[in-house]
Amino acid sequence: MIRRLAIALAAILCLAAASDPAERLPDPAQETRARNIFQQVRCLVCQNESIDDSDAELAHDLRQLVREQVAAGKDDATIKRFLTARYGEFVLLRPAFSLGNAVLWGAPFLAAGLGLVLLLARLRGVRAETELTEAEVNALAELANGSGQDTIAPKNGPEDATRVT
Amino acid sequence: MIAEIGAFALLLALTLSVAQVMLSVVGRVRRSALLAGAGEGAALAAFAAVATAFAALMSAFVTSDFSVSNVAANSHTEKPLLYRVAGTWGSHEGSMLLWCLALLGFGAALAGLGRGLSARLRATAVAVQGVLGSVFLAYAAFASNPLTRLADPPVEGRSLNPLLQDPALAVHPPFLYAGYVGLSVVFSLAVAALIEGRVDAAWARWVRPWAVAAWSCLTVGIMLGSFWAYYELGWGGWWFWDPVENASFMPWLAATALIHSAVVTEKRGALAGWTVFLALAAFTLSMLGAFLVRSGVLTSVHAFAVDPTRGVLLLAILGTTAGAGFALFAWRAPSLAPGGVFAPISRESALVLNNILLAAATATVLLGTLYPLICEAVGGRPISVGPPYFNLTFLPLMALLAILLPAGPLLAWKRGDAAGVGQRLWIAVLIAAGAGLVTYALVSPRRALGAVGVAVGVWMIAGALAEILERVRAFRAPAADSWRRLIGLPRGAWGMTLAHVGLGVFVLGACFETAWKVEAAEALREGGQLDVGAYHVTLERVTPAEGPNYQAERASLRAVRDGRLACTAEPERRLYFAGDQSTSEVAICQQGLSHLYLVLGERRDSAGGPAWLVRGYWNPWASLIFLGPIIMALGGVVSLSDRRLRLGAPRRVGAAPVPVTPAPLEAEA
Repeated sequence: MIRRLAIALAAILCLAAASDPAERLPDPAQETRARNIFQQVRCLVCQNESIDDSDAELAHDLRQLVREQVAAGKDDATIKRFLTARYGEFVLLRPAFSLGNAVLWGAPFLAAGLGLVLLLARLRGVRAETELTEAEVNALAELANGSGQDTIAPKNGPEDATRVT
Repeated sequence: MIAEIGAFALLLALTLSVAQVMLSVVGRVRRSALLAGAGEGAALAAFAAVATAFAALMSAFVTSDFSVSNVAANSHTEKPLLYRVAGTWGSHEGSMLLWCLALLGFGAALAGLGRGLSARLRATAVAVQGVLGSVFLAYAAFASNPLTRLADPPVEGRSLNPLLQDPALAVHPPFLYAGYVGLSVVFSLAVAALIEGRVDAAWARWVRPWAVAAWSCLTVGIMLGSFWAYYELGWGGWWFWDPVENASFMPWLAATALIHSAVVTEKRGALAGWTVFLALAAFTLSMLGAFLVRSGVLTSVHAFAVDPTRGVLLLAILGTTAGAGFALFAWRAPSLAPGGVFAPISRESALVLNNILLAAATATVLLGTLYPLICEAVGGRPISVGPPYFNLTFLPLMALLAILLPAGPLLAWKRGDAAGVGQRLWIAVLIAAGAGLVTYALVSPRRALGAVGVAVGVWMIAGALAEILERVRAFRAPAADSWRRLIGLPRGAWGMTLAHVGLGVFVLGACFETAWKVEAAEALREGGQLDVGAYHVTLERVTPAEGPNYQAERASLRAVRDGRLACTAEPERRLYFAGDQSTSEVAICQQGLSHLYLVLGERRDSAGGPAWLVRGYWNPWASLIFLGPIIMALGGVVSLSDRRLRLGAPRRVGAAPVPVTPAPLEAEA
């Protein structure tokens, strides 16, 4: 496993390639925008890296392409559409918010929501179970008012009040 | 000769593991203490045998015995001793043997330390652990034997990967594997409990220390891997959401959830089914990680030398063991009574919420890692799922968890008091909000999100400390009384506090570093300057240097801050003779908690003479990112030393065997 990681990473040493001053755009605001896009674009021939990190030739070309478009004043969505049209959805490290990816984007929150619903259902079910019926309430009242011989010990004993970790 | 002894010992271990299964099963069925005891003896002997095999392989690596094919392929005489030793687990075959060693080690521990368990549960658990051991040993012996000889041994070994020659990476796998495989005991205990049809407080009490031990090892292992990537790759980053990282992170998340849900099962008898499920899932995710990393399914872009038959075999092992476990769960779990009544505001609810968020996070990482594979398998378009996805899904879930966390330990079991918790935590709220505001006001450039991250980190730390203060009734009882309570706090309580503080420390570091890291790069001639944040870095000179197996260019850098010399650094760019690989030796200047991280890049000849690409990163508070997990793991160790774990769990005499019985409570405070 480490071997695979190491081989994968050895191929991409000389990293953070995008910070190379030779490639930079003169306008820092545009450069920041370009870097932001780089981080969301996959270097297609690399292991699992963005073109921001990769030193591969293709990454270099893609960076140039993106920088040119940023300099030409195109917005992020247009640039990403351009890249997707050219290389397919595979090029985006951040999958598009599309119907096809609904499962991918929805599942994390759906899972959490489902858990919450189950918890609430259980809490509700338990409460219904633990609440006394009318007959029980009456019986209890009778006991309390009546003979008074049987004292009912409080269910919450001292050990329940103590927090135990 | 030694390799043959090792190969023999490996087969012996397999035989003994099979014997362990048979003896334990027959012992359980006939209720014979003698046979069950013999099964435990077999577990101990199998461990001794696999340890012998491992020692034989290690000795072959240390003595550079290149007639052993694994050594020839993965070692070199020029490697320093430490890395020859570490080479034992550096390859696929060796790492599987390490996996088996850990698996049988835990099996032996289960057999040797299982006194507190009921005889039936112990015999069944030892049998299940034996099945796992047999399966993986069979794989190691027949499909990936590291001790086979070469007919025609080479004079020199073939591998000298310079990236692997690193102390953090040398000790990273043993920790990681101890963590992965430690979860096998939890798996065995869960399967045994399902077979016996009884999940009670004693069972949960038994599961917890194993889960905590495995979790602590995993925490350290993941941290070491991350630290290695941080300083070895010259990238300045420490987490990349790489599938290999995700493979180790998923079992960690599941184990974290398990530790918390087992508390509920132990103290309140609730969530028994869910705890069993998590116990099964944690080791399943470990095996899934082993499969994903070794089979090569995730590396379709780069086809490395991965043997597809091995991948299929590992998948078969994963499918049958996990499949059997979950099938058993589906069959038996409905008979586990839910048990344990609790109110919406209670410790139980808080822990369930913790589990919901952790389970959703685990599912997210799993889905993100597998989604590209699923897409490809169903013939859809290829798609990438990268770090931006995880940042948008995983982080919100974890942020919610972090915000809720400090309230949990302050809630009482069964029925908590939200107002009371608010009363106890308002100081922590003030401290956290103050820290966030101060950060926002003082740290430039202003970053609201970073300030919120700092507030959350401080909130977790302050909240954990507030809980300790509450326990000892600080400022409310006389000081001597508080002190007595502080001394008397169970180690488990300290462990929890440490783990939560550690997480807070990590969040603090991770948020601060991510928000305010500064990157700079410039092609410098000798004498040139680069500004990295507040530091002026001067490249004084670059000199050639020679190591035992590499040549290097070494830069002398001076970093000056406010006119004062902050540090001198000597990053290198190395070219290794063997394999013609180049690496960067990063120089990290520790400045308080922060790192000034300097990398020497490639040489560029320009008109005015040679220049070097120098990269600098200012990683503020980066130390906390690695310190946090250490504190968390320390918390695990402290909690393992708790007296509670050295004593047998109290068991209710005459309790009904099948339904889950609520735990007899004990007062601790």
